[in-house]
Amino acid sequence: MRVVIPDELKIRFRYPARALGITGGVLMLVSILLPWAYAPEALDDMTFYGAPSPLQLFFAVLPLLLILLLAIPLVGKQRLGKGAKVVAWNTTAKTASIMSLIVVAVAVAAIAIGLGGLVNVDPGGWLALVGGIMAVAATLFLPDSPEPTLYRVKSPKWLQILGIVVLMALLLFGAAYILGFEDADDFLMFAAFVVGMVMVLRQFGVFGWLGIAAAANNRILVLSAFVVAFAFPFTQNGSDANMSVASQVLIFAATALGLNIVVGLVGLLDLGYIAFLGAGAFTAAVLSESAFATIKWSPPFIVTVLIAGTVASLLGLLIGAPTLRVSGDYLAIVTLAFGEIFRITMNNLDGNDGPNLTNGSNGIPGIPDLNLFGFDFGKAHVILGIDIGRFANYYWLMLVVIALIIVVFTNLNHSRIGRGWVAIREDELAAEAMGVNTFALKLLAFAGGAFLAGVAGSVKAHYDVSVTPDQYVFLESAFLLAAVVLGGMGTVMGVLVGATILKLLPEKLRFFSDYRLLLFGLLMVIMMRFRPEGIVPDERRQLEFHDTDEELAEEVEEELTSHHAHLYPEAGGFVL
Amino acid sequence: MLEVKEMVVAYGRVNAVKGISFSVEQGQIVTLLGTNGAGKSTTLRSISGLLKLVSGEIWFEGERLDGQPAHKVVERGIAQSPEGRRLFRQMTVEDNLKLGAYSRKDPAGVRSDMDRVYDLFPVLGDRRTEAAGLFSGGEQQMLAIGRAMMSRPKLLMLDEPSMGLSPIMTQTIMRTIQELQSEGVTILLVEQNAQAALSLADRGYVLEVGQIMFSDTGRNLLGDDRVRRTYLGID
Repeated sequence: MRVVIPDELKIRFRYPARALGITGGVLMLVSILLPWAYAPEALDDMTFYGAPSPLQLFFAVLPLLLILLLAIPLVGKQRLGKGAKVVAWNTTAKTASIMSLIVVAVAVAAIAIGLGGLVNVDPGGWLALVGGIMAVAATLFLPDSPEPTLYRVKSPKWLQILGIVVLMALLLFGAAYILGFEDADDFLMFAAFVVGMVMVLRQFGVFGWLGIAAAANNRILVLSAFVVAFAFPFTQNGSDANMSVASQVLIFAATALGLNIVVGLVGLLDLGYIAFLGAGAFTAAVLSESAFATIKWSPPFIVTVLIAGTVASLLGLLIGAPTLRVSGDYLAIVTLAFGEIFRITMNNLDGNDGPNLTNGSNGIPGIPDLNLFGFDFGKAHVILGIDIGRFANYYWLMLVVIALIIVVFTNLNHSRIGRGWVAIREDELAAEAMGVNTFALKLLAFAGGAFLAGVAGSVKAHYDVSVTPDQYVFLESAFLLAAVVLGGMGTVMGVLVGATILKLLPEKLRFFSDYRLLLFGLLMVIMMRFRPEGIVPDERRQLEFHDTDEELAEEVEEELTSHHAHLYPEAGGFVL
Repeated sequence: MLEVKEMVVAYGRVNAVKGISFSVEQGQIVTLLGTNGAGKSTTLRSISGLLKLVSGEIWFEGERLDGQPAHKVVERGIAQSPEGRRLFRQMTVEDNLKLGAYSRKDPAGVRSDMDRVYDLFPVLGDRRTEAAGLFSGGEQQMLAIGRAMMSRPKLLMLDEPSMGLSPIMTQTIMRTIQELQSEGVTILLVEQNAQAALSLADRGYVLEVGQIMFSDTGRNLLGDDRVRRTYLGID
């Protein structure tokens, strides 16, 4: 959808449009002082005069930004100086108005649905809606600004580090806040707000700047990310519900990271990856101290982890060796079948025909909590006066596992092996002609990815308490693949983001449960249309934006500005 | 150095190469000429180990080469710049060259060979951190040749290096090939541009539908009526 307004109109109406946009923003700001809803049940209580609810306050940030974005350029190009060029004022204002309108629309819809009809939307809601529509209509008349060049602004190291720390703090706060929502409508409105803020900041050029800052301070970024992740349980004050979700996210993410090697780096489409997670889980269950375990030998967990990983990677070798010689579609079909064969086999190893290994569809229940070096994962602890429950223990364990996986992954990615993998992904025949042993490398990726899934599975078995075959269905494989594709194939950050979104959304949107597959399908279609490289794209696909080519970039920019000057002579090159 | 004996290669049931024999001597430039579908690229791929022989033998430096997997062939000292260049388009110039050197385990030597490629093709050195896909056709061809050189091959096989290039760029590429020869690299060149190829070649073989029709020195072939009619369009 793209509304095209002729340039002449844009030039002619640029001041009225700006005024109208600011008015719309002010209307939205004023609206939070009025009640939006007739009754308190919808969203958080939005029925007061003069006392905005938390969600209304969050929302207000967007129109406030909109007003600033529209008003600041009015001081004139000269006084803005460099600021006129580094920031995409107009385009960002457009994004801010559209995102404000979306958040208002979500809120109004939530009130109408939640309370039974549009009559329950109070004047404040309507005022905000009108303001939003005005702002969107007005900003469509603003000429597009050139791409923001904020990332090229030289900034001192302390500022870069501060930026990273602020980002991390916001992440921690946002995660804690999002998990705190009980109602799906509150969650949806806040999620819309978060998406809106992200879009506005991205358009403003903040993310480009952060990207440079992160690249320059990689170690600090990774370290602070882990500190934040580590600190997360302390924000939950012993809430098991949220920590349970969080640790499930981490288990899912660890598995997705394993799949990311196979799919993201080497480009092998594996549709039965969940079977490796299942293999690890069943191995750990069978070797656990559960009364239902079919093998009465229980090694310490460290040994179990290694056995589980090995069993999974042996399975990987078993199906990889014959199929990896052929390419593409065959592998997808074989792995799809393998996933099903695994599940059905686990269902049938019940002692009726053949050995009893898994108790059939009953699976293995009663798996005791982990006990590592005398630390009982089932027990709650009190640290710094804050309750740390069972789930938080597993959360931390998975955090360590993920840290290990990331270390292995990044080292591999920048090694000779990683280079060979990516070469296979890009052009297998060329890679072979260069002397890459493609079959061995593919097999290594397949077995290595399976090993990681097996490790994750062995923790999952203890976390879930029971292991049954029906936990490992094709749908789960599809979700893992979706997490990798959605987040950004071949990147660590992207897969973590993708896994978080795909695991968190269904938990928080339980009333959508019947439609959640429909929603995911829609989400994937939209992503593939607008951002096929995923949320966090692989750096190899972004080489054009390399920051070492400063001179070249400067030239292009100058050309762009002179082009603008040619188009809009009276505005002096840059149209405000 | 390289000897191909009665080689037969098939795609499915169709024989693409029907029992050809030829040899390449140390330090020579040998060219395979032929129209589309004559089996030139198939021949190169078979030598590289990317295709399996139905029958026949390939010998390299007195040892049997056929049946070896592709990565072993590279280790033995044969590199190929494949048809259509087949660069790793999303990788940088530097990563492409590193992949060309994949079989080598001497980082210092790889480094100096990389500098040599940059000397030979300065445009690659100037833009070494850019993605290969952003380069023009001629530059990509330079990179493809440079990449093949990175394994420090004894025998370098080039599959239609002049394809899609302007006459000037073709000249540059051909001059480079001559330079490589003077440095002691043996070259097996597949070309449609018979004029350019034959003026360099010590020996040429003319292929038609999977068979070698005739062969001679490059100079003689340039004067040969059949070659002039079919490939140079001169009556």
